[in-house]
Amino acid sequence: MDPLSTLWETFFDVDAMREALPEMLTVGLPNTLILAVSAALLGSVLGLLLAVAGISRSRWLRWPARVYTDVFRGLPAAATILLIGVGLAPLGMQVWGPDPYPLGILALSLIAAAYIGEIFRSGIQSVEAAQLEGARALGFSWTEAMRLVIIPQGIRRVLPAWVNQLIALIKDSSLVYFLGLVASQRELFRIGQDYAATTGNESALLLAGLFYLALTVPLTHFVNWIDGRLRNGRPATASADEDDDTATAPYAATKGDRR
Amino acid sequence: MTTDTTTSVSLDVRDVHLAFGPNRVLRGVDLTVPRGATACVIGPSGSGKSTLLRTINRLIEPDRGDVLLDGRSVLGDDPDALRQRVGMVFQQFNLFPHMSVLRNVTLALRRLRKLGEDEAEMVARAQLELVGLAGKANSRPAQLSGGQQQRVAIARALALRPEVMLFDEATSALDPELVKGVLGVMADLSAAGMTMVVVTHEMGFARQVADTVAFMDRGVVLEAGPPEAIFERAEHPRLRRFLDQVL
Repeated sequence: MDPLSTLWETFFDVDAMREALPEMLTVGLPNTLILAVSAALLGSVLGLLLAVAGISRSRWLRWPARVYTDVFRGLPAAATILLIGVGLAPLGMQVWGPDPYPLGILALSLIAAAYIGEIFRSGIQSVEAAQLEGARALGFSWTEAMRLVIIPQGIRRVLPAWVNQLIALIKDSSLVYFLGLVASQRELFRIGQDYAATTGNESALLLAGLFYLALTVPLTHFVNWIDGRLRNGRPATASADEDDDTATAPYAATKGDRR
Repeated sequence: MTTDTTTSVSLDVRDVHLAFGPNRVLRGVDLTVPRGATACVIGPSGSGKSTLLRTINRLIEPDRGDVLLDGRSVLGDDPDALRQRVGMVFQQFNLFPHMSVLRNVTLALRRLRKLGEDEAEMVARAQLELVGLAGKANSRPAQLSGGQQQRVAIARALALRPEVMLFDEATSALDPELVKGVLGVMADLSAAGMTMVVVTHEMGFARQVADTVAFMDRGVVLEAGPPEAIFERAEHPRLRRFLDQVL
């Protein structure tokens, strides 16, 4: 057999893919989504708390946020997942039993939070000081001004970077296989790897790769669409009408003329 | 008219001092604005005009001195409550770009005044109508011209029914042809009996609308008086030089 067709069959064996497909769809995909979505939600909430702590005026909030970020961003994801998944396993055993998912999700969330916290913080800090002043001048407290005016704007500015992090999270969710999964707990990567190991053919792993792409590529385009829409607003309801501006007495006297 | 004239109060600024490090920005400022009167503050850049406004609603806390509304010191009050009584309009509008025009106006009504959605919208729409922008309620600020944005900012401040209004160079960022519309809103507000402090470079506006014109230089009010006195019979040589340059 010539090398080219060997290569082809190693990666593009349709029968091997077809064999793995049902389990990928019914077991691997749901599990990957459970891990990634749960960790994305928890990681984003923790990240927002970290971001706010990171810009707090109190050093007792700032410093812990800084240390947390340095530690969880600095460790390899695999090491964090093992440390938490194995280290806290005895504790987890008492609380929810032998299921490795809760600790896996916790570990993924803690890692994601470190990155997402930095993303959110940079977005929040990019909002002009004048916005805070405008909100404070209306009578909003610092906390209310942050919550209603500054944070929503800051997060909008960093949506693409935030989604990058979610994409990394989808991929990193494969690392929970370190924690030892029973058959029904396996996610996309593990199923692909198992098929590859038993058949000596990598096609199932390639199929897993295609699943990951099917999740991540639309996500990127979706966020770009959202980003553009937030940036430019919804399609204009009406164009700016300059006539309104050149009028000299825009108060009650001319009210009748106005639309 | 826009304001219930009975709600405005007198404003007294007494011997206000403020320093940023070694930089003494305000060095004993006095300013008296009777109820319903309009004071225009003029003077060169860096003279402390904008900082003075910010000490009135305590966006910046003065180091020394006092600010009185209706004869009562406000320095002991909750600053957030004070700022609901004192409206402020900024050079750069400071509208919230992620919200519609309507929501810019209703936000404080709903969150601070605790009005229901319908009531807040009614108040906001009425206020937008008064500045001639009823038709722009659903636009985003970025879709409006600068003059329209500033009028939204004025509506946003007025919706809270303030007792005093502060204007910080409200027309300085506008294209010349848009200035008139905003000044018109301010003149009407002044005529309606709002107590106002207007930091401005528009000498024509100061001359026509102000009851008092105060000339600030290097952190103090050098000269204050009715517009005729300031513009026709300026005493201080620095004021005369300043007027020579801007008129």
